[in-house]
Amino acid sequence: MVTVALVGNPNVGKTEMFNRLTGLRQHVANWPGVTVEKKEGFFKHRGKRVDVIDLPGIYSLTAHAIDELIARNYIVEEKPDVVVDIVDSTNLERNLYLTLLLLELGANVIVALNMWDVAKARGIRINVEELSKALGVPVVPTVAKTGEGIDKLKDMIIEGIKISPKPPNYGDDIEGAISVIVERVHKDEELANKYPPRWIAIKLLEGDDEVIRRVEESEYGDEIIRLAEEFRKKFGDDLDVLLAERRYEIISSILQECVQEAMGEIKTFSDMLDHVFLHKWLGIPIFLALLYAVFQFTFAVSAPFSDAIDLAFSWAGSAAGSAIGNEKLASFIADGVFGGLGAVLVFVPPIFLLFFSLGILEYSGYLSRAAFVMDRFMYKIGLHGRSFIPMIIGFGCNIPGIMAARSIENEADRVLTVMINPLMSCSARLPVYVLLAGVIFGGGYKAGAAVFSMYVLGIALAITMALLLRRVLFGGKPSPFILELPKYMIPDLKSVVIYMWERGKLFVKKAGTVIFLVVILVWFLSTHPWAATNGGEHIENSYIATFGRMMEGVFRPLGWNWQAAVALFFGFLAKEAVVGTFGTLLGVEEGGLVDALRSAGWFTPISGLAYMAFVLIYFPCVATLGVMLREIRAKYVVVTVLYTLALAFLVACTIIGIGHILGMG
Amino acid sequence: MIGGRDLVPLSFLPPGAKGVVVRLVGGRGLVAKLSAMGISPMTEIEVLHSYAGGPVLVMVRGARVALGRGVAMKVLVRPTRVGGW
Repeated sequence: MVTVALVGNPNVGKTEMFNRLTGLRQHVANWPGVTVEKKEGFFKHRGKRVDVIDLPGIYSLTAHAIDELIARNYIVEEKPDVVVDIVDSTNLERNLYLTLLLLELGANVIVALNMWDVAKARGIRINVEELSKALGVPVVPTVAKTGEGIDKLKDMIIEGIKISPKPPNYGDDIEGAISVIVERVHKDEELANKYPPRWIAIKLLEGDDEVIRRVEESEYGDEIIRLAEEFRKKFGDDLDVLLAERRYEIISSILQECVQEAMGEIKTFSDMLDHVFLHKWLGIPIFLALLYAVFQFTFAVSAPFSDAIDLAFSWAGSAAGSAIGNEKLASFIADGVFGGLGAVLVFVPPIFLLFFSLGILEYSGYLSRAAFVMDRFMYKIGLHGRSFIPMIIGFGCNIPGIMAARSIENEADRVLTVMINPLMSCSARLPVYVLLAGVIFGGGYKAGAAVFSMYVLGIALAITMALLLRRVLFGGKPSPFILELPKYMIPDLKSVVIYMWERGKLFVKKAGTVIFLVVILVWFLSTHPWAATNGGEHIENSYIATFGRMMEGVFRPLGWNWQAAVALFFGFLAKEAVVGTFGTLLGVEEGGLVDALRSAGWFTPISGLAYMAFVLIYFPCVATLGVMLREIRAKYVVVTVLYTLALAFLVACTIIGIGHILGMG
Repeated sequence: MIGGRDLVPLSFLPPGAKGVVVRLVGGRGLVAKLSAMGISPMTEIEVLHSYAGGPVLVMVRGARVALGRGVAMKVLVRPTRVGGW
């Protein structure tokens, strides 16, 4: 068996290469202890099995960034048989930088010159043999999108490679320092066997914290580090910058030998598109228009499917219910199991469609432009340009919104984006707003204004919480915004489908379990004690009602009765369930609910408005919670639950208080 | 060496301007990341887009790299061509 790791800069077609090599024989997990995606797969070639690991897309191998550290630790410690370095043939200058670092690391590198077709079309002529000789490793032209050159790459992988990398010459001054340190490292043979000594020397000169820590464990550690420190002082503190500069010089001289570039190409198609998409005034309107289109597509196309699923499950539920003799079992199957499955599956169509659309935007190269366009605004509220899309998606549904935050590299930025997402008023909250606004304002412009104010309130609170949580939890500013904008491309359909499939599957598997279990729990609480509720007919006698009455004291100051408290409890399942619960409690169908609720007199304008705000804020729904647990560490989920609860009370009390002052109680 | 007088933060250059990177200021992580992405001393750099108070898009070593305002302030360049389309 052969193990091969894929490595390369972002946007070089690495994902396409991984998909091309493994097809759908792949699975996604996280690297241990971090939320960076780890993709694994395999393929068979000439009867041999080859395991493929997709390492994160990176530019270098420093200890400063978690994804770079993951990649380099994997290569150093797991020692994959082959490391395929995927480079963008149209931009060798920048891409070969990582190649040089991989050679330093002693990896068995094969260089795949990807996007070979694009380079050819641009008139870039690369002498493959010369390049292979200059680097001392096999080089193969590939087009991951079409499969060109992939067989040859597979042949090379299973043949096993013999590389004779030429260590780059950093100039006499630095090489002198390197060889002195290397000599010293060889004193500890264990250390020298574990890591390439030359690599250790270079990393020590760069002042790499992680390598320093490893060397410290050696019995000659102090001596080696002191030596490196002296050299660092001698060269001035910018030795890592100097090394980077020298590497680029080396690359320039290699390219001069091996590459002929057609002259005269001034503005590419990408630059022309950028003049429109990144336009000072048009950029944001275009982005919003595209986003609106994505939304319409997602929610309009998925609505009939979701309705059908909903219908099918309630039908299956009642069919199973009437077919089963035992009443309790029938209720459990109908409302618990089928209800639970339905609750998970209605989310499937919008989630799959949304990620299909986002996949297209991502692979076309537009999504990173959107981050660029929005960065100015997002930076002011302490977030990242990339945080905007998850927030907007949250207006449709918080679940895909939270999952979309995966594209944010920096951990703190990502966690913050996830934590404030529940404050975006998702579409499930709209029916609740409409019902209550109708009850307290009787429709018309006042009701409309009340509904709209909830959306504004959500945004205002999200901004406030983003600033506050950043201070309290992470401190500092958003991570520096540095992002390469890829060339525009026609998205590769296979990759878009896989992108959609992976995220959709993840939702069903992980979040689905949590949602399902909670639905069954609530079924139990609302139908038991079985005799007293007469099998769930009289919710007012159930455990949940008891619980609601216990909570009444808490909610009384806000002007809400126990029924309102029970509705909130069901709203935890899915916010729109608040509406249905009022219906059940009042014994009316949804059509007559506004009138019934108004004549019941449970809400005054002020307590109703406070209730709307409470529903907006108080708790992410169980589905959202399930996804959050999957995406961020549990402690942050706990903080989110606590802050939303506290904030909900605070805002509701404020509304009641202001109402009192204005004499509207 | 090179005097500070003719050096300008990248964020001050208008679209179309070109320059040579002279110095990177800021934390080691940031400097390492910038140089890995090709923004290292002696590199030619061209400003493609620049929003007032917002991020800057540059062409450097054949790649388009977006830099937030804060980052662009830390890249000091010697202008070689004044911008303007």
